[in-house]
Parts: sequence; structure tokens; C-alpha cells
Amino acid sequence: MSTKSHSIVMLRRNFKHIARNPTSVFNAVLMPIVIMLMFVYMFGDAFNVGVDYIDYATPGLMLLAVCYGLGATATAVNSDMTKGIINRFKVMHVSRGAVLTGHVVASVLTNLVAIAALVGVAFLLGFSPSASLVGWLGAIGIIVLLGFAAGWLTVALGLSAKSPETAGLASVPLVMLPFFSSAIVPADKMGPGLREFAEYQPFTPIIETLRGFLNGTPSSDDVIPALAWCVGIALVGYLWARSTFTKRA
Amino acid sequence: MTSSAIAVSGLRKAYKDKVVLDGIDLDVPAGTIFSLLGPNGAGKTTTVNVLTTLVKADGGTVRIAGHDAATEARAVRAAIGVTGQFAAVDELLTGRENLQLMVDLSQVPGKDGTRVVTELLERFDLVESAQKSVSTYSGGMRRKLDLAMTLVGGPRIIFLDEPTTGLDPRSRRTMWSIIRDLVADGVTIFLTTQYLEEADQLADRIAVLDQGRLVAQGTPDELKRQIPGTHVRLRFTTVAELDAAARVLTGATRDDEALALRVPSDGGTASLRALLDRLDEYAISAEGFSVQTPDLDDVFLALTGSRTQEVSAK
Repeated sequence: MSTKSHSIVMLRRNFKHIARNPTSVFNAVLMPIVIMLMFVYMFGDAFNVGVDYIDYATPGLMLLAVCYGLGATATAVNSDMTKGIINRFKVMHVSRGAVLTGHVVASVLTNLVAIAALVGVAFLLGFSPSASLVGWLGAIGIIVLLGFAAGWLTVALGLSAKSPETAGLASVPLVMLPFFSSAIVPADKMGPGLREFAEYQPFTPIIETLRGFLNGTPSSDDVIPALAWCVGIALVGYLWARSTFTKRA
Repeated sequence: MTSSAIAVSGLRKAYKDKVVLDGIDLDVPAGTIFSLLGPNGAGKTTTVNVLTTLVKADGGTVRIAGHDAATEARAVRAAIGVTGQFAAVDELLTGRENLQLMVDLSQVPGKDGTRVVTELLERFDLVESAQKSVSTYSGGMRRKLDLAMTLVGGPRIIFLDEPTTGLDPRSRRTMWSIIRDLVADGVTIFLTTQYLEEADQLADRIAVLDQGRLVAQGTPDELKRQIPGTHVRLRFTTVAELDAAARVLTGATRDDEALALRVPSDGGTASLRALLDRLDEYAISAEGFSVQTPDLDDVFLALTGSRTQEVSAK
């Protein structure tokens, strides 16, 4: 049987999981919205970012939404691994690609649902991006790219972790990282040390690229590092996942 | 049939510098049940993982259904079915969907697939729960579903890694009868277990694995013959009494940990009376007295190190 049809079977399985385990989706979809309401209503007036805070924060929160979905992916991959389901698939000669890609694609699609919901609420709160159609396509593109990159890294984390609990915990740094970037507060408003960290960590150029796409045109100073980070993270995640899948039984 | 379903020679595997398997030789004729017996950590699961192509061996050869496990993994995988130590079922799917998933992943064509699923549900008495989510299944039902999933592709060699660990006695017996039925159909079974009774009940041949080595191999009867025959076991309350009895009863073996003495005996009333008279003569009283015929537990304890005693005592 071909890898392609195996991939479809696996993807169908992942979708059934999502449909039957709505708590994980609620977490991925609702948490970013709750955080958005909190920041916009509670802290929004405290920051002077030069534009409406909702316009500033929404792109950052879109990234946060990507990261919030990762915990569920890590846990799902790990429980497949620790319960022996991946071993069963391996013995049935289901390809590595089919098993892992199913998880990554399901993760990216969950991201997109979460982001659609988030952007919907943002519009209700007065989000008014000036993006053209091309800008929106660019924004969706960078989100999907980040989703794939972070998805592969998360799958690798999930495969390597000892238990579903540790897998969930291992994804926490990825969830926290956007907070220490320019997602919610501009980096130059942060204290020393943190400011440098925020400026140079991967999420800042990715968020600035997203902002650029949504409010006109992004600067290549952001786009190139953003793409480089995404491709780098995807590659590391993919290779790590691949070798763990082959070695661990 | 006399051909080997599983032939292993000189199998070695180490993780970092920890040697897990240290030169294993096995031969399992087709259509028989072979049981690999050993305490926790003996290397049973590692052996299964290597034999089922999940883990690469460091040395030695493994041939499954005539194919080399290292170089012809694909052919090996087509011939085998594996039920791992933990029920590898998908809890978020129903029983039927779990089986359908296996059908979709193997080469069973559509119409046959539905028939295979229905037959397996009937055979394993899972029809009533077929539409329920597996998360509601009991441990015994999960194991049955797990085994049913393994059978979807019609494998001729089946590996069962501790298939009854954690099951209640009734479910264990159900599992045993399923396993016997499989062999009646000509399937070869490689079974690991830490229960001697299970190996005794099911296996044509048993190998005892301890700390990565096979310490004995043979039929259940051959193994039982390897240890001393019927004996009397005397239990004492103090070391002093044990010492006294050990001095009086020559030829007895002491077990200091249990404060017990094992005295060879034919189990007949005359020799028992003589033994009790002798204890009486020296005014030694035992707290407990039992006549024991050897079972596989004795073999197991005799063959594996003292480290394993607490495990098998459970």
C-alpha cells in the first residue's frame, strides 16, 4: 500500500481524535481569545504602541494561537508512542512519513481554526488591518509555515518524551516564547537583557513579518530572518523526529 | 511441520554500555507455542522488539519465516503480528473503528475488510461493545481487541508480549483459550510471560531468560526434572530452631530468608512419620509443614538469581 493512502488513513484518524476530544481544541481555540480579551481590556491602555493596541496585538496573538495548539499535539504524539500504537504501525510497515505527517497536518489545521476564531473576535473588538489580498495571503503563508515548523519540532518533542505529561510540559517553552517577543509589548519597552533576548529570538521577526503583511508591506529585514527561522526550526524538528521515530521502540 | 518459524542465533543487544541480551539462541518450529519466561528487566521485551524488526540487534542473526529480520524487514513484517506489552489500541476510536483502521492499513480490500472486522468482533465476543469508545473498555476487553487487531492481516507468526499481565483470572483464561485456538489453526506463537503457570499451560517449549541470558530451555516437563523432586518444607519461627533442625536433618537445604528447611522426601506416610519423629526426638517444633511437588516456580527460582525472587513472589 502506498505512503499516500496510508497518510490519508492516518490523517482521518487524527481528525477523529480532534472531533472526539474537544477539550484539547477548546484549549487551543479559547485560550488565545481569553488572553486577547485580557490584554486588550486590562493592559491595552497601559501601553503606548503608536497604533490601536488591538491592531498591534492581534498579529502577536495569532502566533500565540499557533503555539497554544502545540501542547495537544505533543501529548497526542507521545501517547501514540508510549502506548505502543506507533510500534503497531511500524510492524504493519506504515511509513514514518504517514504516521508523523498526520500529526503535523492535524496540528496545522487546528492552528488555522484557532486563528480564524481569534481573528473573528479581533474584528469584533475593532481590529482594522489595512492588508490587501496579497497581504492576507502572505500572512496566512507565514502562519502555515510557522505551524509546520513548530509542528515538526513538537512531534519530535512528543516522540522523545517519557510520558504524555512530560510531553505537554516540553511544549511549554514554545508557548511562553511569544510572551518574550514583540508579540504583546514592543521589544524596546522591555528591560535590559530581556530586550536583547526579545529582539533576537525567532518569534520577533516572524511577528514583525506578520504585522507587515497585515498593515501594508513587510520589511525584508524581518521577512528573511523569519523565513530562515521557520525553515531552520522545521528542519531540526523533522530530522529529530525522523531519527527518534527510527530508533525508539 | 518441522521448519523453523523463528530461528535466532547469538543475538546480542546493548543500550549504551548496558548489555540487555547477551547471546541468545532460539529455535521455534512452525505451529508451536514458545514461551520466553523471565522476571521484569530480564530482556523479554527487547527480544520481542528485535525479533519484530522494531530494534536492530548489535550481533547475531534472526530469521523469521525464513527472512532475515535485519535485511528483509519488510518480508518479516508481512508474516508477523505483534501484540505489545500494553494494549496498543486507540482509545478515542470505537472497537470497530480500531479494527477498520487495521484493515485500512493492511492490504485487505474493501468488502473483505468489512467481513474480517465483523468476524473478529464475533470471535472475540466484542459485538456488543463494537460501537463504544475503547476508553470505556475493561482491561480484558482491551487485550482482546488488541489481539483482534493483530489478527487482521492473518499473520502466521504472532508475538505476544506479556498478553495477560494485569488481567483478572477469568480474562486470563479467556486469553489462554484464544491462544490455543490460534495454534490449532497452525499459527506459531512466541509468548513472553512472567507467569510460570501461563507458560506451563500453553507452551510446547519454554526458555528461561535471566539478565540477558537463556539459563534453561526445554519442555515444561524437562524443566521440572531439572530440580530436586518431591520434598518436605519446614518453616521455623527462630534462627536457633532452624539451626537445630538443620543439624539434625542431614541432606536438607536451608532457606535462611524464609527460615525454612527443604528436606528431600518421597511424600509417603512412613517417611513423613520418621521425619516428624526425628524432630520430636530433639524437641524441635516447626511452625509450618508442607509436602511439595516441584512446579515451575521452583525451577524458576532455582534458575534465576535471588534478585528475581521478590518479583515472582507477587
